[in-house]
Amino acid sequence: MRSSLLAAAIFAVALPFPVMAGSDDNSLKIAFTREMDTLNPFLNTTREGVILSRHVWDGLLHRDQATGEYVGNLATSWAWIDDTTLEFTLREGVTFHNGEPFNADDVVYTMNFVADPENGVNPQRNVSWIKEAVKIDDFTVRILTDGPFPAALEFLSGPVVVLPDTYFAEVGPEGMATAPIGSGPYEVTESVPGESLTLTRFADYHAGSPKGTASIDTIIWRTIPEANTRIAEMLSGGLDWIWQVPADQADRLAATGRYNVVNESTMRIGYLYFDASDRHGETPFDDLRVRQAVSHAVNRQAIVDNLLKGASEVVHSACFPSQFGCDTTVTRYEYDPEKAKALLAEAGYPDGFEIPFVAYRNRDYAEAMMADLANVGIRTSLDYKKYAATRDQIQAGEVPFAFMTWGSYSINDISAITSIFFKGGIDDYARDPEVIGALDTGDTVTDPEVRRAAYSQALNRIADQAYWLPLFSYNSNYVFDLDLNFTPTPDEIPTFYNASWQ
Amino acid sequence: MLRFLLTRLGLAALVALTVSLISFSLLFLAGDPAVALAGEAATEEDIQAIRAQYGFDRPLPVQYVAWLTGALTGDFGNSYYFNTPVIDLITERLPTTMRLGLAGICFALLLAVPLGVIAAIRPNSLIDRFALFISVVGQAMPTFWFSLILIVIFAVALGWVPVSGSDTWRHFILPTVVLGYFATPGIMRLTRAGMLEVLRADYIRTARAKGLHPLKILFKHALRNAAIPVVGLAAVQLGFMLGGSIVVETIFALNGAGLLAFESINRNDFPVVQALILIFSLIYVMLTLLADLLNAWLDPRIRVA
Repeated sequence: MRSSLLAAAIFAVALPFPVMAGSDDNSLKIAFTREMDTLNPFLNTTREGVILSRHVWDGLLHRDQATGEYVGNLATSWAWIDDTTLEFTLREGVTFHNGEPFNADDVVYTMNFVADPENGVNPQRNVSWIKEAVKIDDFTVRILTDGPFPAALEFLSGPVVVLPDTYFAEVGPEGMATAPIGSGPYEVTESVPGESLTLTRFADYHAGSPKGTASIDTIIWRTIPEANTRIAEMLSGGLDWIWQVPADQADRLAATGRYNVVNESTMRIGYLYFDASDRHGETPFDDLRVRQAVSHAVNRQAIVDNLLKGASEVVHSACFPSQFGCDTTVTRYEYDPEKAKALLAEAGYPDGFEIPFVAYRNRDYAEAMMADLANVGIRTSLDYKKYAATRDQIQAGEVPFAFMTWGSYSINDISAITSIFFKGGIDDYARDPEVIGALDTGDTVTDPEVRRAAYSQALNRIADQAYWLPLFSYNSNYVFDLDLNFTPTPDEIPTFYNASWQ
Repeated sequence: MLRFLLTRLGLAALVALTVSLISFSLLFLAGDPAVALAGEAATEEDIQAIRAQYGFDRPLPVQYVAWLTGALTGDFGNSYYFNTPVIDLITERLPTTMRLGLAGICFALLLAVPLGVIAAIRPNSLIDRFALFISVVGQAMPTFWFSLILIVIFAVALGWVPVSGSDTWRHFILPTVVLGYFATPGIMRLTRAGMLEVLRADYIRTARAKGLHPLKILFKHALRNAAIPVVGLAAVQLGFMLGGSIVVETIFALNGAGLLAFESINRNDFPVVQALILIFSLIYVMLTLLADLLNAWLDPRIRVA
């Protein structure tokens, strides 16, 4: 409310004034909300850090956004020699930003450094599957995994990048954070903590890279915490690109005709979970019919149409549809309040019941769901608090019913979501042995078809038992200058090395 | 004077000690810090290890003394989020806040004192009404709203100043105006009231009777006396500004200590929050002390009171 009022004021006053678009020095000015905790790609826990990592560093592999296939980046070919050994042939003629030549030593050093838990890579699951790396010759390397780990290729095309061994040995993790050196399409040429980063196109970037040749010379990357300020900067020509613009403001920006406004889905999905395993003592959710009743009571399509809008869709499986193994042909619960009431009555709650409802973001979505639930007699009291506190309580087993979301760290594999919430860990409120067993199989077998079948079994069981009510995928609005060529992707990692001015 | 000084210093020290106790206990208000630090998927052993590593397993008084000794030498531990020394983060960002606070108080004084004086010379005149209007608006308008209105008019529509950032002095103009403006009403009303009272005093009538130049009477005789409470208020307002620039820093994307405090609260980064609360409070205590001493110097009567 507050922000849309302000936005209206900003638009009313600012609209009559033209803005300078485009760039005369081939630079791109972008802004993000959060300050990164560190520039070191293996210690960075923010989305901003993931984006930076893709620009400054390269991985052995790269996932082609269009086809979803893995292609070589620092590696030119690779093969599973056995269940736990991957062999890579490395690209020759690649150099790091400081001129250090790339070879097998860099890969071996990096992998062995990050695999050691003592070195505190965060999050650990990005690297905990690596046992060690072995040099075969200057341009051949083997990576041994800690048990069969079929998702290895996904991680090697994403968070696991390669650091220059000589430089890293010299400066250590702190030095890598203050003066980052990689082999990626952009080098960090200036860093003002909390304010800005300047990225400059790396002139000697290797020609064979699947990331292509960058066109923009300089990227000015600013941190602007306030959404209204970002929009004001956009309107005054101080920025060329922003994202995560709320739907109402994006509509207004689009109506000016001065900006490209593109909506793209993200990998984040929302879900309701129920305490079906008595972690918080007995609740009405112990009864399958009550969980089904809630699933029929919530009008997810209406929330998507009226609140999320854009590229968001209702989801039915406990994963994001593009993820490997995400079978979307599971049991669906259509919006049917009468059926919900009938199920509640059958379960012994003809007059419904009362239950606290925990949420940490999108209060408006939470309130819409509460209204739907009230409609069938389930009276909820909203307990709205910060994410860290919410997650702590959930993991301690204190929250029987909550609206949560998960972004999978943009990892396009179901093990980054379903396996986290349904394998009996501290986030698992279902604790279903059949689901746990199926996920264990999927996470450790290398044959893609066997994996698919195992995940499908888990997802079907989760849907049949209504352990979760998967809600919808999120979306993000990207707003950028009309003259800028830029294409957003569902993994929420904008690639400015593919952007260019018209 | 010495006795006065010692009493004030002693009081300030006691306040500082109380504040340190409160900011220390903050860490434990939000639940077990070891659990928070251990993060997702932590086992009981991980949590125990963190307890031992950070010394959370020691008795609270021992932890407090250790923390206070560290704080006295500038060692506030490491930030949970940045994993770098808290003191480095603060020394990196405090100058921006200081610059903003000092500019803000200068702006407030330059605007409020002349307005207050003029309003006092011509009470109930148009200019007095105007000054009253300014102070009422200043007191009533929310900071974030005022900031955005200024941005829209002067940065977006007119393009005279940049929207946000801290690269040049021009980036500080709007934040200074916003921050300073909120200190204006108090200072102005106090100047006006003080001047009205002083101008009625016998010695001013004597000065007039002696045929002194009206401006000399106004500034040398009247304002100097009327300024005593204003000095105190300005010092306190500066303290408010340093600790209260959170909204302004957030909106204008100024990377100061206020923004750091706001973000650190969101991130549960307790060592940073603790240190900032302590530092802001100490600055406030020091400014209040300074105001007391200044007043005592300006007005000998206060020294014996």
